[in-house]
Parts: sequence; structure tokens; C-alpha cells
Amino acid sequence: MLALLCALLFVVALLVGTVPIALVDVPAALFDPDGSISSRIVREVRLPGAVTALVAGMGLAVSGILMQTLFRNPLAGPSVLGISSGASLGVALVMLVQPLWSVLPIPRDLWLVLAAFIGGMGVLLLVLLADRRMGNAVSLLIIGLMIGHLCSALISVLQAAGSATALKGYVLWGMGSFSGVGSDRLFWLLVPVCSGVLGAFLLVKPLNALLLGPDQAATLGVSVHRSRRMIMIITGLLAGTVTAFCGPIAFLGLVTPHIARALFRTSDHHRLVPATALIGGALALFCEVLARLPLANGALPLNAVTSLLGAPVVVWILVGAQRWSRTA
Amino acid sequence: MVADGMSVIRTTDLTIGHAGTPLVKGIDVELRAGELVVLLGVNGIGKSTLLRTLAGLLPPLHGSIDILGKRLNGLAAMERARAVSVVLPGRPDAGMMDVRTLVALGRQPWTGHFGRLGPADHAAVDQAMSMMELTDFAVRDLRTLSDGELQRVLIARALAQRTPVLLLDEPTAFLDVVNRLRIMQHLHRVTRELNALVVLSTHDLQSALDLADRVLLVTPGSLWSGTPQRAIQEGRLQDAFRVEGLRFDPASSSFRP
Repeated sequence: MLALLCALLFVVALLVGTVPIALVDVPAALFDPDGSISSRIVREVRLPGAVTALVAGMGLAVSGILMQTLFRNPLAGPSVLGISSGASLGVALVMLVQPLWSVLPIPRDLWLVLAAFIGGMGVLLLVLLADRRMGNAVSLLIIGLMIGHLCSALISVLQAAGSATALKGYVLWGMGSFSGVGSDRLFWLLVPVCSGVLGAFLLVKPLNALLLGPDQAATLGVSVHRSRRMIMIITGLLAGTVTAFCGPIAFLGLVTPHIARALFRTSDHHRLVPATALIGGALALFCEVLARLPLANGALPLNAVTSLLGAPVVVWILVGAQRWSRTA
Repeated sequence: MVADGMSVIRTTDLTIGHAGTPLVKGIDVELRAGELVVLLGVNGIGKSTLLRTLAGLLPPLHGSIDILGKRLNGLAAMERARAVSVVLPGRPDAGMMDVRTLVALGRQPWTGHFGRLGPADHAAVDQAMSMMELTDFAVRDLRTLSDGELQRVLIARALAQRTPVLLLDEPTAFLDVVNRLRIMQHLHRVTRELNALVVLSTHDLQSALDLADRVLLVTPGSLWSGTPQRAIQEGRLQDAFRVEGLRFDPASSSFRP
């Protein structure tokens, strides 16, 4: 069902844009390119955009569910806890401070992924340490927010020092987009995200045990430290990579696991991880389509769309959490 | 699996405590298969610490613990989980989950990498649920359960783990009289029917002294072990719960003003 929805939205994403493409033209454009305008749009713009949206959505959603289980907090997610901001700081370092990445013979995209991964992981560690000391769902949110502000401030400093062209590139990136990854760069997005999602599938068993809390998980034979470390690395990889290529995307990571739980009425990761991945992909494609709807002044920024959909859901979770909260 | 009356847990000159601060020293006890052992003592005396140390969640500060002849520290996490199951206090916030899924988590030490349940696992889960009279609860959401029902579910989770040792930290706290007695009866049956060693901490003196095979009395700095009868006859309870203006009444197994 969900896979079908993903496929459907994937096809719709190929059709919608400033130049509408007819459904009948798609197979020809994909499998029998004739060099016409529409075939080139499909192959060079729409297809990479749709693949990016699908993969990025999966990556963000899976990182969201990992974080929610790791923190045992329904409000955890890569954007709200500042992971995306940390990754952005890494990206800003690479994009705005040119010499940094031109010294070593490493592809620039790999630099981006590495910087975003390190930035995201750094914030994740900080937030996790803060959570150990406070252990309160809402104060965790505020810590994440503050770290996000701190990263933004540091990025502003870098922006002031960067060149005008680099700055323009960075600002465009910061608005969030699934369309900026051409087919030549897709590899660097696909490999880390797919391995991260695969890694999450391998962690299903300890993730389920961790639902009972770290101590109870330990009595079930889970080596808690190792599992937590693995979850953190995969979260950083997923959120970092997606942020590196698509910009900081708001809410997608937080909201998707809740939709999956509401649909399947379970916290069992056996079903939740695949469901979250698919819903994340579908949701990202849906947002991408909405953002690309031909309006008078061109396309909407992707983050505007995800926030429009995501922010009300967070409020709904907060109000709902109040009802379920227990002092145990 | 374990012969009746066989020594399951043996501690040697054990000191328990947190981060170098000893709470109870020189614990030498031998607990046997099929025993219902009740841990009594005032709040903060070290009951939870002892249970957590026996569970391997806290390291002993001194001395050693052997479980079925093997040093507890030397066991890998998975081996330990196959020997000792633990019910920790409090209500776990597991989100949306039905009762059977939670009970099935107890099978984790026995399942493969992905935690998929085989026929033997399903049988163990079914047996655990029927022992705790939960068969009709299989698809109930955890968050809809009363405290008493949830406690039975948590115990069933531990039973599904099929371990020779079951440790429970205050399984009857926050329960009404009927539910407290029911939980104690269930645990008593577990020791008799599964020949398991069950160790629990409680403040419910009456049912503890009625049903327990052995009482472990934690007093400041030391631990006394013996039958409930001896505990009463030798006035041990009076010493352990040294409360001004109260005296222990052996006839009713309770403290009286």
C-alpha cells in the first residue's frame, strides 16, 4: 500500500513543474530519450529531483524514529533538536571557507557529507549529554532550539567572511530543496542514506528493547552503550547527508514517525521502521510536488511547505502528550 | 531445567552500593531453585541496590555473585539475560504497544538478529500470558491497562524470558490489597510450577511473611537471611523496622501502634 503510494507520488513528481509533462510522454522520455525538451526535463531535472525527494524523505524520517527511540521523547527529530543546524554549520564551513576543501584531493560532495555528519553528530552528542542531566521532554526541545540558534549565529559569522558567490550558493541551499542534486551528485546522497536506512533495519531488535528504558533493555541482553552508539552514528549519517544535499529540511523527520504510529497503531520497530521510511519518502515527494506547483511567482521554498504541514502536527503532539504524560 | 532445591544464587562476602559508597557489607547468602524470597527493609536501606546488583546492572563493590555456578561479572550480556530476568519498578513508557508484543520482548535473549519469533517463542509467550491470566488481554493497548493489569503484563514479560532467576523490584507498590495478594499468589505459583527462584522487594509485610520461603532483612549495613517464622520468633522485624511507638504483632504479621 505505502510502496504503491510512493510509486504514485514518484510519477506525479515527474509530471508537475513549471513545464507540465503529460503522463504518456514519461515512458518515452525515460527509456527512449529523443533529445526533445520534455524528455530532457524528465531525465535531467524531474527524475533526479524525485529520487532525491524519495531518498531524503526516507533518510530524515528514519533518523527521526531513531532519535525518538534514543531519547525516549516523541518530540525528538533532526530539525527540532538542532541536528540539522549542526550539519548546516559543517556545510557552511565547507561552502563559505573555500580553502578548507580545496587542499585535499577529496571530492567536494564527500567533504560536504563529512562536514555535515560531523556537525550533526556533534550536536547530537551535546543534546544527549544535556538530556542525561535534565531528562525532561520540553527542556530538551529548548536545548535543541538554543543549539540551533548558536549554530545559526556561527554561520552568520562565516557568511560575513565569505565571498558573495559562495554566500549566494549557501543561502539558496539553506532554503531547502530536493531539486539541487543533479544526477552526477546523486551517488553521494544515495550511498550514505541507503546504508543508514539499512543499518536502522539491522537495529530493530535493540530499538524495541530500548522502548522499555536502557536498564530494562540491558536485562534483555542488549549491550546498551553499543546500540546507542550505533543509533547515534546512523542518525548523524542520515540527517547529516540529507542536510548536506537538500539543506535543513524542517519537521519531516519529527512528524513522519508519528504518522506511521497513528496508521499502524504500534511502536514495534519491525513495522515502524519500514513504514516510517516509506511514509517519509511519500511525504517528501508530496511536499516536493506542492513546492513545485506552478504559481504566479514561481516555486515555493520547500521549507515553507514542510513547516506548513509539520508545525501543526507538533502542536497536536504536545497537546496529546499532556494527556498521556505520567510521572513514573 | 534446574533441579529442585539446587543452589541458584550464591553471594560471597558481597558489598553493595553506589559509586564507592557501600550500603550493605558482608552478604553471604545462598538462594535455591523453587524459593520465593522476599526482601524487606525500610526505604533507602539498599533493597533496590541489592536487586540491581544481582541483576548485573550495578557492579558489586566487593565480593562476588555466582549464578548457577558461574561468576555473574564473567557472563556476557546475552548469557546473563538467559539466566536472570528483571522487573524494574515504574510504568515503562513504551508508546503504542499491545500486551502480547510487550510480553514477546521477553524472548529477545533467545531470538535471532532481527528478533523474529519462532514457534517455541510463541509457545513461551502464550504460556507466560496464561500463567498471569492475560490470555484475553493480548491485543489491549498498554496505556489502557490499570496498574494491577500492567504489573501482571510486566511479570509475564519476565516469565517469557524463561530464566531460572526472576528478580522484581517492588512489584506490588501502588496496588490495592486485592491486586497485591493476587501478584504475590502468582509469583508463589511461579516458584512452584516453574521451579524458578523468585526474589522480590516489598513493603507488604503480611503477604510476604505468609507466602515467602525465605526472608532477606536489610538493616543498616548488614543483611539477615532466614525463614519468615524465625524472622518473627527472633524479633528480627522489630529490629529491622525500628520505629518509635510501634511494635510488631506476630499474630497478625503487622506493626501495631
